[in-house]
Amino acid sequence: MAARKSTKKPNVSADELKTYYREMLLIRRFEEKAGQLYGMGLIGGFCHLYIGQEAVVVGLEAAAEEGDKRITSYRDHGHMLACGMDPDGVMAELTGRAGGYSKGKGGSMHMFSKEKHFYGGHGIVGAQVPLGAGLAFADKYKGNGRVTFTYFGDGAANQGQVYEAFNMAALWDLPVIFVIENNQYAMGTSQARSTSTPDIYTRGAAFGIPGEAVDGMNVLSVKEAGERAVAHCRSGKGPYILEVKTYRYRGHSMSDPAKYRTREEVQKMRSERDPIEQVREMLLTGKHATEDDLKAIDKEIKDIVNKSAEFSKESPEPSLDELWTDIYADATQQQSA
Amino acid sequence: MASEILMPALSPTMEEGTLAKWLVKEGDTVNSGDILAEIETDKATMEFEAVDEGVIGKILIPEGSEGVKVNTAIAVLLDEGESYDADTASAPAASGGAAPVEAPAAPTPVPAAAAAPAAPEVDDSPDWPEGTPTVQTTVREALRDAMAEEMRSDENVFLMGEEVAEYQGAYKVSQGLLDEFGPKRVIDTPITEHGFAGIATGAAFGGLRPIVEFMTFNFAMQAIDHIINSAAKTLYMSGGQMGAPMVFRGPNGAAARVGAQHSQDYAAWYMQIPGLKVAMPYSAADAKGLMKTAIRDNNPVIFLENEILYGRSFEVPKLDDFTVPFGKARIWRQGEDVTIVSFGIGMQYALQAAEKLAGEGISAEVIDLRTLRPMDLPTVIKSVMKTNRLVTVEEGWPQGSVGSYIASEVMQQAFDYLDAPVITCTGKDVPMPYAANLEKHALVTTDEVIAAVKQVTYR
Repeated sequence: MAARKSTKKPNVSADELKTYYREMLLIRRFEEKAGQLYGMGLIGGFCHLYIGQEAVVVGLEAAAEEGDKRITSYRDHGHMLACGMDPDGVMAELTGRAGGYSKGKGGSMHMFSKEKHFYGGHGIVGAQVPLGAGLAFADKYKGNGRVTFTYFGDGAANQGQVYEAFNMAALWDLPVIFVIENNQYAMGTSQARSTSTPDIYTRGAAFGIPGEAVDGMNVLSVKEAGERAVAHCRSGKGPYILEVKTYRYRGHSMSDPAKYRTREEVQKMRSERDPIEQVREMLLTGKHATEDDLKAIDKEIKDIVNKSAEFSKESPEPSLDELWTDIYADATQQQSA
Repeated sequence: MASEILMPALSPTMEEGTLAKWLVKEGDTVNSGDILAEIETDKATMEFEAVDEGVIGKILIPEGSEGVKVNTAIAVLLDEGESYDADTASAPAASGGAAPVEAPAAPTPVPAAAAAPAAPEVDDSPDWPEGTPTVQTTVREALRDAMAEEMRSDENVFLMGEEVAEYQGAYKVSQGLLDEFGPKRVIDTPITEHGFAGIATGAAFGGLRPIVEFMTFNFAMQAIDHIINSAAKTLYMSGGQMGAPMVFRGPNGAAARVGAQHSQDYAAWYMQIPGLKVAMPYSAADAKGLMKTAIRDNNPVIFLENEILYGRSFEVPKLDDFTVPFGKARIWRQGEDVTIVSFGIGMQYALQAAEKLAGEGISAEVIDLRTLRPMDLPTVIKSVMKTNRLVTVEEGWPQGSVGSYIASEVMQQAFDYLDAPVITCTGKDVPMPYAANLEKHALVTTDEVIAAVKQVTYR
């Protein structure tokens, strides 16, 4: 099945569209700012930006309910912002400060929020896939009706443990949505050079897991597909695969010159398929918003991002005592669901 | 308002670079995402994108400049309609921010004084009250009883692994659990260690308390990424928000005649990992008491059992809720002349050697560590302060062994009390052979322990 293209007029309200615009723009501007702080040496190590892929998480979060879980890889800033985590806490984690979500001890790739049911932020390619199936296992065990969004890339889709997880998720009817964010490049290796089949979602068929390809540059298509997947999982039918065809504009990480693709390829995607521009276009042509309305949103987002950058610079570095904390949970630190 | 565009760091290690080419000129309007310049790092030529929109007012560093330090102003960006003048440039609002405040230097750790430490405080209370009735129980039954008791008291505890349910356990450790707790809580997995270790770890993040049985720990090497990177490190990486309260258990070390790939002792491997706890019991009472403690612990616990010990019987106290704390060694024999420290199946060589040595007039104190992380070093050191001699015993390999860690700690903490070098008795530095005679020699032997004791006591 090819990626679904909506030909009919989208059934979506002006408020919804504005929400998606705002949320995608927040991710875009946040990531640009993160890139800038990296350039200034305030963010260290590896930093993987989400620019270009914003419609994936914003569309799927629109299909989620309170209590649903999400887990992803190291390209995780967008997921955290989309599920409602505080930009200040995320940016301060990027700069390694005490005000970060992990008190500065996790960094860009390792961040979590129990409150927002965000289970990381994992640095080992593919490891989050069985972990996500395990979160769904816990929900099924408890019978609480929750589903888990387990995100991974086209690169991770070649890891063996993904198929171990597919098998058990199908065998045990786990309520997990496997979201393959196919941005076409596993670091510097194109999908054609790394993956034997062009349509990764079809790999679920070997395990009896239904799947579909989705236009990941269109937030409304992503949301619709997400709703189908959630309905499938929540009704107890087991896992579902969404292969969301997307594109990252930046390199794999900040230190990737991205010489494995042409500037024209990136520019074409940016000028013709940009997820934020598409919604902007819908808002303006549908007379749901004026240029001034959108400028006001731009300003609001810019203020949020600037505030997060300021916070991330002003928050102190973690105290040296933190080196020795959180290695072991004590007897009273009881986990709760 | 004018702002400076700064030379970016474009890799984790970049301190300076070459401004190879400007792709904009003064007067150009730029939007965020536009490529401003090409910058050469030590690794590659990178495109440098604009973050803010505006007009390029002045290019401060011409293209072709080498050795431009990170955070040097390379251009001035103006707002639309604003004009560039030197005054604006003299104090432009840097769009960046202050470098992080240097944390005060960490206090240099003062090496523990080697000389004459005070006798360490140790907990040598008995494991169960005197007069408690006991019953002969195999290690296998003790483990099963511990799991069953904990599953009765906490419905979030479940067991998963290969052949744990309908087959009743490859080594029959889980016998009867499926009948009592049903298939929801006693779960047969496919043969897919990496996958089910990951699923169990995810279930622990999600609030359950999994017990993962590896048919043997040899197969856990397929899963070791989840054990270490996912289970052991997440509490730290999340700043204490979430961890993995779970047990990874199964037989470890050599069985008999199963060759190199099925005969490895992982004690020293797992003992090294912060975030894990490691238990390796010898007796049935310890197997039961430590397993109950492991299941209740809020951290990932590696529980190293031994196939040869499964069928051995020991006295287990008849108590409703018998537990053994982690980090408390057990002294099996009091002695005066030498301290022998071991754990797990190594204890059989230690105890046999001590028995024979007693016949020759050498009095050995035998300590079972029971848990390797946390490790009860105070009990070892207190004993060494009495006997002045130490021999360690394990089946694992010599390089980076448990014994070498103990030897180094004792050297650092009780050097002046040692009257002889510590001898670490280990398995031989070879893959396990299949042939019966070779296998016997590959393992540590009681005779080697006796010889080591005689060497350190100069007999």
